[in-house]
Amino acid sequence: MHVNDGFLFASAFLASGVEMVEALTIVLAAGVTRGWRSALFGLGAAVVVLTVIVAVLGPALTLIPISALRLVVGALLLAFGLQWLRKAILRASGFMGLHDEDAIFARELEGARGAAREERAGMDWYGFTLAFKGVLLEGLEVAFIVITFGSAQGNIRLAALGAAAALVLVAVVGVLVRAPLARVPENTLKFAVGVMLTTFGIFWSAEGAGADWPGGDAALPLVLVFVVLVSLASVALLRRRRLAPTPA
Amino acid sequence: MRHLAAFGRFWWSFVVGDDWRAAAGVLSSIGVTAVLAALGWAAWWFLPPATAVVLWLSLRRAIRQRAIR
Repeated sequence: MHVNDGFLFASAFLASGVEMVEALTIVLAAGVTRGWRSALFGLGAAVVVLTVIVAVLGPALTLIPISALRLVVGALLLAFGLQWLRKAILRASGFMGLHDEDAIFARELEGARGAAREERAGMDWYGFTLAFKGVLLEGLEVAFIVITFGSAQGNIRLAALGAAAALVLVAVVGVLVRAPLARVPENTLKFAVGVMLTTFGIFWSAEGAGADWPGGDAALPLVLVFVVLVSLASVALLRRRRLAPTPA
Repeated sequence: MRHLAAFGRFWWSFVVGDDWRAAAGVLSSIGVTAVLAALGWAAWWFLPPATAVVLWLSLRRAIRQRAIR
């Protein structure tokens, strides 16, 4: 396996894992309060829609010339990745509250318990819709990452494999634990995903714009190191700024 | 029409998020990289530090907005 294939798999796995932990919280809230049948049907329907999106868009993107694809995908990933990274840095430096699955679960439970019951075809539609929307919205980010990473690297199957491995892992742990996976270091994972998205975004968009990286693909780990250093330095600077006494 | 607008809004917030200036900074930096490459100069070095600057400015804006709220 090429070193960049390893990065591709790891990025798809981590990004998908984080989103699936969030989707699991919503499905659990729907299942506990509105019944498992509706929640699982909602989950299944969303997975079908997401599979169709990846199956249709993935091969379609491979028809676009690779340099144009890398330019567009790189720009999208860079804009998208900077959003993740900015939030992760703000969380790590204490300027933004940490993501808390237990708190989100409690909020979802409260909302689902308060909603009126409407049964059609033997299913509670609130539970179905809650699970469907939750999985679809979280899953769209996964689909976006699988399609963009996979097509720009010319290996959608490997990116999809990374996402599928995360799906299996989160699903198995979710079934065993039957509670939000609050002990998953989600904030650290989001930081790592932000770094990966930004790294790939820089690498591909520069290549798509016509730049030649010294050493070709071997430059990718160096870009990764640069992004990690900039992110950690930003966290350190912002922490110092937050803790500095304000002038009277 | 309403659905189309909602679809557009979804993708805007999905890719651009709450700081359009960061996305504009990214696009401008890629544009400069393309110009450098088209002129036949080494262009690979520009985007990493430009991204670091865009990120830092975006962080500063986010903190300032939080302080105002």
